[in-house]
Amino acid sequence: MEGDIVQMGAYIGAGLACMGMGGAAVGVGSIVGNYLSGALRNPSAAASQTAMLFIGIAFSEAFGIFSFLVALLLMFAV
Amino acid sequence: MTTEAIDAAAGQAAEMAEAAGHAAEAAEKGGMPQLDFSTFPNQIFWLLITLVVVYLILSRMALPRISSVLAERQGTITNDLGAAEELKLKAQEAEAAYNKALADARSEAQRIAAEAKAEIQADLDKAIAKADAEIAAKSAEAAKAIAAIREGAVDSVKEVAADVAKDLVTALGGKAEARTIKAAVVARLKG
Amino acid sequence: MAAEAQSETGLVFHPMEQFTIEPLFGEGPIHWYTLTNQTLWMAIAVLVIFLLLVVGTSRRALVPNRIQSIGELAYGFIYKMVEDVAGKEGVKFFPYIMTLFMFIVVANFLGLIPMSFSTTSHIAVTVVMALLVFVSVTLIGFYKHGIGFLKLFWVSSAPMALRPVLAIIELISYFVRPVSHSIRLAGNVMAGHAVIEVFAAFAAILAIAPLSLLGIIAMFGMDVLVAFVQAYVFTILTCVYLKDALHPAH
Repeated sequence: MEGDIVQMGAYIGAGLACMGMGGAAVGVGSIVGNYLSGALRNPSAAASQTAMLFIGIAFSEAFGIFSFLVALLLMFAV
Repeated sequence: MTTEAIDAAAGQAAEMAEAAGHAAEAAEKGGMPQLDFSTFPNQIFWLLITLVVVYLILSRMALPRISSVLAERQGTITNDLGAAEELKLKAQEAEAAYNKALADARSEAQRIAAEAKAEIQADLDKAIAKADAEIAAKSAEAAKAIAAIREGAVDSVKEVAADVAKDLVTALGGKAEARTIKAAVVARLKG
Repeated sequence: MAAEAQSETGLVFHPMEQFTIEPLFGEGPIHWYTLTNQTLWMAIAVLVIFLLLVVGTSRRALVPNRIQSIGELAYGFIYKMVEDVAGKEGVKFFPYIMTLFMFIVVANFLGLIPMSFSTTSHIAVTVVMALLVFVSVTLIGFYKHGIGFLKLFWVSSAPMALRPVLAIIELISYFVRPVSHSIRLAGNVMAGHAVIEVFAAFAAILAIAPLSLLGIIAMFGMDVLVAFVQAYVFTILTCVYLKDALHPAH
């Protein structure tokens, strides 16, 4: 189908922006993995740190959401 | 992209039609609804009303009620725990009393058993003493009888010996003097 | 550039259409007072909160039934969070935090009902909530500590030479807070719903329809989790910001 070059660029940019979500996924995986290894070493201290776990996940995930938002903006709003 | 529009306006007008389609669609849909700023005052207005209503519901009705229910439950649990503690103490007391009664009964039983044992021992001792006495009497009697028999036997022996000696003396041709023989036999028996 | 409506394969992608705000009655422009579908679902959220926390606990039972248990669990959960994170002084602000949490969690779960409308997927909504938190936390900080609240940006445990640099970084991160605070919630909810919609669009092709159904189910499960976790995160971050305002010294 024919389209203009601006749209093509926007779509390519949206696809590129989605790579950012991979970074967020790596970050969240790292946080949870480290939490788990710490929790297995000292299970009695694990329960008190779940709040920190969720805060960390939230901060890390926010950047993935930002890249998702950029992708959406490129696709729908530019 | 509206391909219908492009198909319809084929040929030279394609570019113009496309531009027009873009404009029309953009005006119609406006991309992301989240970025449609014309709806923001509406959203913010109703959100604030919602939050205020929720806040009033929570702070006036829900939270005091829930906290009072929780406090009530906590109080009940504390009371019940206290009562349970009391009951536990009572149970411990009852157990101590029971143990004491048990110990008393056991010592009583031991005492009775000891008494019975002593009684039996006394009876037994008495019976043994009686039996011993009887045995002693019997044996004394027997000894006396034996002594009598022995006495009798010695006399008979003396007699027999005297007779035998007299007969021997007579047979040897001597004259047996009864008195001498007797004395000789007695001397012999003593020797 | 508007949404790609239709391609040659016959697939129809309208992942963003579900978030459209429409007037509830009739057509026409949306004024600030117009009743919209968003207004309707906000009202339903209020109703659900009312049913859950007021009607559900009306028996004041010593041994709670299910609805009362849910209300008490939510109360205990948020109360403990405020107490743990923000400290004893933070308990004063417990009703505000509870309001935010209940509204977000109920709106998130209502948004998961098919054909419903996700109130919290709208950036305007979450930005207003985040700004409320930001402004009130800043005001509380200045009210409690006066100019001493600025010690929040002056990291006294760092070396002297680094402190101005750190102060600038802290200041920037302080002002970025409402942005990430709001976009996190709206973005998560929006992403979940949009992905479900994209999977649903693939169901038009018969060969991959079962796969797309599985994808929808998996994403829905994920969204249920996200709906709760994002409400939790929004609330706990509010508590963390409140703690910063109450105890600014590092």
